[in-house]
Amino acid sequence: MKFKSLLVGLGLLAGASAALAEDPLKVGFVYVGPVGDLGWSYEHDLGRKGLEEFFGDKVETTFVENVPEGADAERVITQLAKAGNDLIFTTSFGFMNPTIKVAKRFPNVTFEHATGYKRSKNVGTYVLRTYEGRYVSGTAAGMMTKTDTIGYIGSFPIPEVIRDINSTFMAAKSVNPNVKMKIVWVNSWYDPGKETDAANALMDQGVDVLIQHTDSPAPLIAAEKRGLRAIGQASDMSQFAPEAHMFSVRDNWSPYYINIAKAVMEKTWAPKDYWGGFSDEILTIESINPNLPEAVKAKINSTFAAIKSGELKPFTGPIKDNKGNLVVAAGHSLTDVELAQVNWYVEGITDEIPH
Amino acid sequence: MIRIQARTEPSSLMKVASPLLAIVLTLIFGAILFSAIGKSPVQALQVLLIAPLADSYNIGEMFVKMGPLLLCAVGLSLCYRANMWNIGAEGQLLAGALGGSAMALYFIDSESTFALPITLLAGIASGMIWAAVPTFLKLRYNSNLILTTIMFNYIALYLLIWSVHGPLRDPDGYGFPESALFSDITLLPTLFEGSRIHLGILFAVLSGIIGWFILSKTHLGFQIRVFGADEPAARYAGFSGKKLSWFVMLFAGALAGLAGVSETTGPIGQLTPNISPGYGYSAIIVAYLGRLHPIGAIIAAAFMAVLYMGGELAQIEMGIPVAVISMFQGVLLFFLLACDFFINNRLSLTNQATN
Amino acid sequence: MDADLIVQILFAAIKTGTPLLFIALGEVICEKSGVLNLGQEGMMLMGAVVGFLAAYGSGNMGFGILAAMAMGSIMSLIFAVLVLHIGANQVATGLALTIFGTGLSAFIGADFVGQTIQGFQPIAIPLLSDIPYVGRILFSHDILVYFSFFMTALLVYVVNKTRIGLTLKAVGENPHAANAIGIKVLRVRYLSVMFGGAMAGTAGAYMSLVYTPMWVEGMTAGRGWIALALVVFASWRVGRIMLGAYLFGLASIMHLVLQGLGWSISPNLLAMLPYVATVLVMVIIGADHFKEKLLAPRSLGKPFNPRNMA
Repeated sequence: MKFKSLLVGLGLLAGASAALAEDPLKVGFVYVGPVGDLGWSYEHDLGRKGLEEFFGDKVETTFVENVPEGADAERVITQLAKAGNDLIFTTSFGFMNPTIKVAKRFPNVTFEHATGYKRSKNVGTYVLRTYEGRYVSGTAAGMMTKTDTIGYIGSFPIPEVIRDINSTFMAAKSVNPNVKMKIVWVNSWYDPGKETDAANALMDQGVDVLIQHTDSPAPLIAAEKRGLRAIGQASDMSQFAPEAHMFSVRDNWSPYYINIAKAVMEKTWAPKDYWGGFSDEILTIESINPNLPEAVKAKINSTFAAIKSGELKPFTGPIKDNKGNLVVAAGHSLTDVELAQVNWYVEGITDEIPH
Repeated sequence: MIRIQARTEPSSLMKVASPLLAIVLTLIFGAILFSAIGKSPVQALQVLLIAPLADSYNIGEMFVKMGPLLLCAVGLSLCYRANMWNIGAEGQLLAGALGGSAMALYFIDSESTFALPITLLAGIASGMIWAAVPTFLKLRYNSNLILTTIMFNYIALYLLIWSVHGPLRDPDGYGFPESALFSDITLLPTLFEGSRIHLGILFAVLSGIIGWFILSKTHLGFQIRVFGADEPAARYAGFSGKKLSWFVMLFAGALAGLAGVSETTGPIGQLTPNISPGYGYSAIIVAYLGRLHPIGAIIAAAFMAVLYMGGELAQIEMGIPVAVISMFQGVLLFFLLACDFFINNRLSLTNQATN
Repeated sequence: MDADLIVQILFAAIKTGTPLLFIALGEVICEKSGVLNLGQEGMMLMGAVVGFLAAYGSGNMGFGILAAMAMGSIMSLIFAVLVLHIGANQVATGLALTIFGTGLSAFIGADFVGQTIQGFQPIAIPLLSDIPYVGRILFSHDILVYFSFFMTALLVYVVNKTRIGLTLKAVGENPHAANAIGIKVLRVRYLSVMFGGAMAGTAGAYMSLVYTPMWVEGMTAGRGWIALALVVFASWRVGRIMLGAYLFGLASIMHLVLQGLGWSISPNLLAMLPYVATVLVMVIIGADHFKEKLLAPRSLGKPFNPRNMA
């Protein structure tokens, strides 16, 4: 059995490398926003460019931007498959069901869907362990705040954001027991004006370190104007706020895209529920500001290293939710499946998860 | 000198020739535009305007895209004929999607054959309610219909977003803002194997024909036309403006509501926050391109659908950015709207200078 | 809530309301002349990108503002020619202008995403800014906010106290009568539309130069549509537009403030409020027949063709 599959594998490999010499691997990307958004879609597009740079003319990439998450998505994904793409990345949650539907009709095409939870024979999913970055952010914010109040600008109350709010707060609490966190939802991933308003509303209420789960650099610019602090999200945002910027937690998609493309070329790809974080360098800490106190810089680096090595797992029990229930037993660390279902706030966060 | 002269009656030659003139002008503009960004103009125009009809899958998709545009545009055409400036098709569509989806979710475990018809009726009724309120406000309080309907578009949108974050959210959906997938019993059947052409598209084409019948063959249609052309004359003839206003608005609301519920129970299969990429607004353009004639709307809707799909294909096949495509689409619409000028006016050469 | 926080909230409401104020001032003049331009989003985005590029290229913020105003007028001129001269439908043409402007702005701004400029610095007006509370709320802003104060005052004067204002209203209420007494209806409408464009361009520049000093695609995020609601809310009165803009500004930041204070309210239901309020205002105005002069200009959205006149 094993021998047989090995033989099949070898045969496929030979076939693949023969094909490889002639045809480049065609890779398609579907973006929900414009590539000029400087946030989510922008970073995926940098990932695509990284893929092209790495493989040169062995890959050929195409992208479709501004794809609405309604009935149009299924057509765009189909068109990409029809156009001969061997591998298609669909990079927004709303593309989940369309991706599954199209994948059924194109069994020879490999699909990878970001942030979803449905997989099939030829659909894998990938998601970032953004909570690892948040843990570093929370630690640094907890140390830097002079008012013992940090602010969190939320987008939508989906599991990733809820998880990250918890991670941030637990981290801040671990270095500063008096810390409080104010959470404001802007109901958008991307609206510079609204993010500015949210940042100002928080700073008016005594927040002196901002953490954002939205994609524009607007909160950093707002913090810079007031001489307060903020942490960059998704891309390196240091240039927008030379003084205020503490560091950025960057989504770095290209290593993942390169690995998947490689696996498809070598026919070793299998559908997985991939969670990428510090250890794979899919998530990175960029541009730590030299103007931070030495102790904070050192703590950022050591927290980063501890998470990267696996020594520190943010969601390790005992953890109680803010209604007093024990949600993670002592000694247990949440598995990926459990992480995907976090729908509670940890003890100490006084808000409720909104609708 | 060239002088503009009003024609004594509209030129029937120009009614046909003016769209052609617009298309020729747009092709020239497009050729310049695409050459300027270093793309082959011939190939670009081919991909934008012809490729969407190149194979059976694409033709099927054209129908899928045209369905909601057409349903909304037929209703709007009748409204505009009767001087009811309804900009609210978008809100009526969203209301239909919301009402219909609530019903579809109610039937999620049902086996009843009435489930689908009741779901569709719920969508239609919701659209009608959403059209009825601004109509009432106009007739009773003399509120400007353009503005109330725009406000109702926003109210519907936020109501929909609130619902998918709250009461209609899929309890097993990991907290993502989407409803559960509808049961097959409430999904619109597809008409052709392997395509997404669903029953809703048949409704759309029928609506065009019914709209034409009402407008051209019934006394009601006669009243609408007289009312639109000469309101005082219509009143003198004893036609009730109120009754006509109610009729066209409820008709438009019903069709837009049907468009909404057909999207959710058709190609999408669930309620998501992104049901419509602005169909209700695009339908306004469709209605005018079709000269407020229901049959014209069929042609215009097909044309708009081709234009949208061409935009997607141009990205996939030629890497033309969305920005350039929207510029092209905007200019095409300018030309189409502008060329109607020649229906009612002509240019003539004179030997005296104009004032 | 202490006094300090209230002062800061009101200060922020003015900042948030200022882009709305600019577009709405332009739109109200345009609507008073009888023309409804739904292309504000497109004009604003073009103002934002061109203003940013001009300021970035020249290093001069004032030049950026002027360029944005010019660009806004050019965009509105396209609209004006189509609807006024050629007689294209106003609603459809406005929507097409938005599609076009969104695309064009993204195209010319593509290489400048991620660049930053030094925005305007706030200027505290001497003496006035020392008034307790009021000084901090009203007189410690940047220069564009003061410009919006000036424009509001100017327009209140022009519309209500001058011949120009009368002419404008005459054209919007009854273009045929205006034409009969020798007013050049189309000329008035051209100028009004272009003024609207210049103001929309300024609003765009406010977004890209002051509010969040950078350019990103689609950064106006639907504010043009809100301004439309605002004009109705203010029942076409210039002075009320200023009040309305700040109220809308306050409404849009209030839910953020309340969340920060620990209130749990659905942000989606709150986001609906300005629109519901606008509908209510229309109902209240309409219910009282003596207030008919507060209603929309009677020829709003209707074409006027002098060539068809006998």
